Amino acid sequence: MTSIAIGKDIIRKEAWDKVTGRALYNADYASPGLMHGVLVTSTCAHGLIKSMDYSEAQQMPGVKAILTGDYHPMLTGPVIEDRPPLARDKVRYYGEPVALVIANSKAEAAAAASKIKIQYENLPTVDKPSAAMSKEAPLVHEHIDQYRHVIPEVYPQANSNIVHQVKIRKGDMNKGWQASEVTVEGEFFLPQADHIAMETRNTRAEILPSGDIIVHSSSQAPFGVRKLISQHFGVDLGKVVVNVPLVGGGYGGKAPIQMEFLAVMASQAVGGRPVLIANTREQDISASPSKLSLEAKVKLGASRDGILQAGEYTFIVGTGAYADSGPRMTGSMASNCTGPYKLDNVWCDAYCVYTNHTYATAYRGFGHTSFTFAVERAMDKLAAALNLDPVELRRKNLIKAGDTSPSQVILTPSRLGDVAQCLDKVEKLINWSEGSRVEIDNNRIRAKGVACLWKTSDSPTDAIAAAIVAFNSDGSINLNVGAVEIGPATKTTLAQILAEKMKMDVNRVHVEMEVNTRVSPHHWKTVASMSTYMVGRAVEEAAKDAINQIISLAAIAMKCSPEDLALGQEQVYLKDDPNIYIDLAHIAHGYKYPGGNTIGSQVIGRGTYVMPHLSSLDRENGKGKPGPYWTPGAQAVEVELNLADYTYKILRAATVLDAGKVINPKSAKGVVMGGMSMGLGLGSRESFIYDQEQELQNTSLRSYKVLRIGEQPEYLVDWVETPNANAPFGARGIGEHGIVAIHAALVNALSRAAQVELDQVPVIPELIWQKREEEKA
Amino acid sequence: MFQLTGEGLIELNVNGETRKALVRPADTLLFALRERLGLTGAKPGCENGDCGACTVLVDGWPIKSCLMLAVEAVGREIQTVEGLNGAPIQKAFVDKFAFQCGYCTSGFIMNCQGLINIHPDASDEVMQEWLQSNICRCTSYQEITEAIKSVLITENT
Ligand code: FES
Ligand code: FES
Repeated sequence: MTSIAIGKDIIRKEAWDKVTGRALYNADYASPGLMHGVLVTSTCAHGLIKSMDYSEAQQMPGVKAILTGDYHPMLTGPVIEDRPPLARDKVRYYGEPVALVIANSKAEAAAAASKIKIQYENLPTVDKPSAAMSKEAPLVHEHIDQYRHVIPEVYPQANSNIVHQVKIRKGDMNKGWQASEVTVEGEFFLPQADHIAMETRNTRAEILPSGDIIVHSSSQAPFGVRKLISQHFGVDLGKVVVNVPLVGGGYGGKAPIQMEFLAVMASQAVGGRPVLIANTREQDISASPSKLSLEAKVKLGASRDGILQAGEYTFIVGTGAYADSGPRMTGSMASNCTGPYKLDNVWCDAYCVYTNHTYATAYRGFGHTSFTFAVERAMDKLAAALNLDPVELRRKNLIKAGDTSPSQVILTPSRLGDVAQCLDKVEKLINWSEGSRVEIDNNRIRAKGVACLWKTSDSPTDAIAAAIVAFNSDGSINLNVGAVEIGPATKTTLAQILAEKMKMDVNRVHVEMEVNTRVSPHHWKTVASMSTYMVGRAVEEAAKDAINQIISLAAIAMKCSPEDLALGQEQVYLKDDPNIYIDLAHIAHGYKYPGGNTIGSQVIGRGTYVMPHLSSLDRENGKGKPGPYWTPGAQAVEVELNLADYTYKILRAATVLDAGKVINPKSAKGVVMGGMSMGLGLGSRESFIYDQEQELQNTSLRSYKVLRIGEQPEYLVDWVETPNANAPFGARGIGEHGIVAIHAALVNALSRAAQVELDQVPVIPELIWQKREEEKA
Repeated sequence: MFQLTGEGLIELNVNGETRKALVRPADTLLFALRERLGLTGAKPGCENGDCGACTVLVDGWPIKSCLMLAVEAVGREIQTVEGLNGAPIQKAFVDKFAFQCGYCTSGFIMNCQGLINIHPDASDEVMQEWLQSNICRCTSYQEITEAIKSVLITENT
């Protein structure tokens, strides 16, 4: 059967609004009487707030209120409640919000904010994850054992910086090491980095006389915002309304809730009037959450013939000054710790620890970019130790249906996909067989690196989604879902799914771009590459519901049995004679008999979805099912290194994912290329730089460097399509996966080119030089 | 010489119209366009000249409107993305899927439009030099490169 909308390069619904400047993002909406909040942030990474003098600020023109941590004391967090929206008594990272000035204009608020004088008494700092583990480490949180747990499965250790620990115990390690004739070990470091969504986070809030709290925010989680505002401000859930228009990039960074608390507090302080709080770029980098840091140790054992026998993984995950989703990511990393390889004997200890750095949250890949780097660098070391080709070693060990994951999920083709095919395809794309290290002349070396990946959703076990499909009287459809459009054309993809189900032109499916929690049906969050799957399933259900209604009504109108009818091209027709039909437009709002009597009414289909059979990880052995399926893939990079100064060019970067089914090839390719672009940035230049006092140094886009045009390699993308039995049209999530192993592939290539072991990112020329010098010495 | 103290009314020539705007001497052109004239196509991304999201054309040249004071723009011809009317570069961005979230798009398109006006036959090097002043975090730049090249007059066409 030929498809109508699936597998087609449908141009995103809001495309023309975006190229004409008419697409509106949160801060583009003018609101008369809008007031502005400006944050004052900490200049100290760890210290007691000794005094705060805002007398001068209070006298400044236009100032309406100044809030500090005492204004509405509360502790927040999605896993463990450890974070005050405004610091109280002490600060735990450079950039932490300490006060909020509300004034008539942004300029007035900013002028007053600069007049606030704060004195800190410096405390010793925790500068990296491993330092946080030491017995003598200063405590970032003194009362870690007294915080409220939002989910039961989080295990903070009193009098330590360890907020969570996850263990994976699978198989028999003794047996594994005994069978290992060759072992390799490596230590790896991945620093913090930033999402750099081009739209900085911003929220405006107002409290109406009715008590309704209206929030407008650049958020990936409108329903999460609603829930927490309701909870923390003691207002009925339904009285909180969260609106999210188009979002200017998220990558996980707009899933946590930070600005929203502040904006509601600000509005409260000025009698409910609307207040906008918008991060400057510097605040978006230093005050709002970032990417976690990781110190990892990986030890792999294999038999002579290159079959993995044992894997031991230690992950120390730096979540910064507050836990946010750090514990969840730690679990996610541990439960997938091997990468897509078959290993019967697995031991993993993953710790989530506090440091005095900007706190961490979800970042495209949910921790997978970091641990995958460690695993894939270790695989290259093992290949070298065994004298095996890196692609060959991987191929010998790829995980297959029938094997189990580290958290002991039994894998099926539907759950796992086909990573072997991905590797085969990427090997050809990058032309591996022509040689993975070629000397071009005395100075220039071309080298290639490869890496494999897998990722599942790691969502809560009760995450739900829903969809409403309402027909217009002309037979077209309005689709309303709770997923946010943050960039990857989610809404257009959902329209394609609906159009295919209804067998109609996708242009006749109108999608509401904005989310309003009072109008839109529920969706957990627009994260984890899960929207197409979860909301897609709900859309399929809603389509089925609508079709049933349409066919029953048409059966009456056409005086036949529903079984005799079929739907397509906005007509309901007789299966055995399509020339006898009724237009959808004539039944979408009820069928009108020739005399005027009408039966039926507006067709409204509804659909819901919850992921079945997910379970949390067992505390002792990590057993549990973290997601409904995996998306696996393989990536490769080719570089050209100049030995004269260790500069390098990234020539080509390739990704093959098992997408299950590609719904919109051009959009999907773009999303994967975008992921690679971000990952190559992390591999080659991006990282937070802290000084001795743990003050973040690179808080602007001048000092925090991202990839720019002309620096990109040639990108190659291809697909494998092993359907996931539960997903709409078999489609697996692909939103994050382009980033996951690409910096591992990059650094595998650079290590090969430079013939040194590069075990950290970003790899800047100086690092290569340093390692070469160490090697010589 | 034009002088402004305190807050004052200035006239800006935007997209072929004369518009009045109440500004302070310290207000940027970006602020005046967005907050006073409702032209929100130009976006703040850094307000420090680093990202290009705020790019508009001033007398035909791309300018980061966060780095220009509103008063400096008096008497000059300003074009924002809202003033482009079905320009080929807009269609090229749509056809090549050269954006995702779209937040950087207005700035990129205006920079491209400036390049097309001034160097319609720009080489790859010139094109890159111009567009390096803009950041896109969603796409890979391969799509944007394809879009601008489809509009520039290259040797092959
Ligand atoms: S906002 Fe003007 S360059 Fe970034
Ligand atoms: S499309 Fe999102 S930043 Fe360019």
